[in-house]
Amino acid sequence: MITLGHFLVLGAILFCISVAGIFINRKNMIVLLMAIELMLLAVNMNFIAFSRYLGSVDGQVFVFFILTVAAAEAAIGLAILVVLFRNRRTINVAELEDLKG
Amino acid sequence: MMSFQLIAFYCIAAVVVGAALAVITARNPVHAVMFLVLTFFSSACIWLLAEAEFLAIALVLVYVGAVMVLFLFVVMMLDIKLAPLREGFARYLPVGIIVALIMAAEMLALVGVRSLDKAMPAADPAAVAGQSNIEWLGQAMFTDYLYPFEIAAVILTVAIIAAITLTLRRRPGTKHQIIERQVAVRREDRVRLVKMAAEKQENAE
Repeated sequence: MITLGHFLVLGAILFCISVAGIFINRKNMIVLLMAIELMLLAVNMNFIAFSRYLGSVDGQVFVFFILTVAAAEAAIGLAILVVLFRNRRTINVAELEDLKG
Repeated sequence: MMSFQLIAFYCIAAVVVGAALAVITARNPVHAVMFLVLTFFSSACIWLLAEAEFLAIALVLVYVGAVMVLFLFVVMMLDIKLAPLREGFARYLPVGIIVALIMAAEMLALVGVRSLDKAMPAADPAAVAGQSNIEWLGQAMFTDYLYPFEIAAVILTVAIIAAITLTLRRRPGTKHQIIERQVAVRREDRVRLVKMAAEKQENAE
């Protein structure tokens, strides 16, 4: 029998994998964006599981909105990446230090 | 005795985790995108097991079909030198693994063993309401969540406009049509009538 815990554990593992991905790929901006997508997927997994468990439609509606915002985020992020590469010829995060933050 | 659903869940979850690990460790970004596609597709299968049919299909269509193709397009378009991007990989690997393991331990402790005996209700909640999953979701989305739904549409429009304005550029030195001047042109600007006497042909046979 599939339980709530199965989905939550899978979501937690996915989230931790993407956090590790952000740590070990801190130079490559494309992989950083992909790790963020993975994180959103882990969150969506929890929403779906609780929607099924509680018999409530709200979780699925929220997943729909998260998908929308994630698509917008990916489009704008990749557009910024293209502009960045055009101006600097690199996507190395370590070399993007103009703001001196 | 494990049910078929549980066996399917374990197999697909193994694919999800393995593909996600491959995404963050792949040497080539194109391979990473391909593994991300596999992760999303397997997650859609998991969502089907949770009977969220509409969202599973939407994940495949929107993510695998559009967002991942966009990623692939950008990865292939940019001429990236991979070597400098990989440096520091081995140095940060232990830190990444330690942080991930601590986070995983904390989250699994919070999720707890007890949630593993909270079985999913046998009946699909949409079926209990006498509807299909799409009717169930659509009814909530177009009544209670109509205003957020419209905001989501505006967000997508803003994203399109932002992406286009960011990447649009006019390169100096290239030739462009100026459409309004083409349309506004009049006959007098282009045609000049020249009056001259007709030539007499000599040596006519």
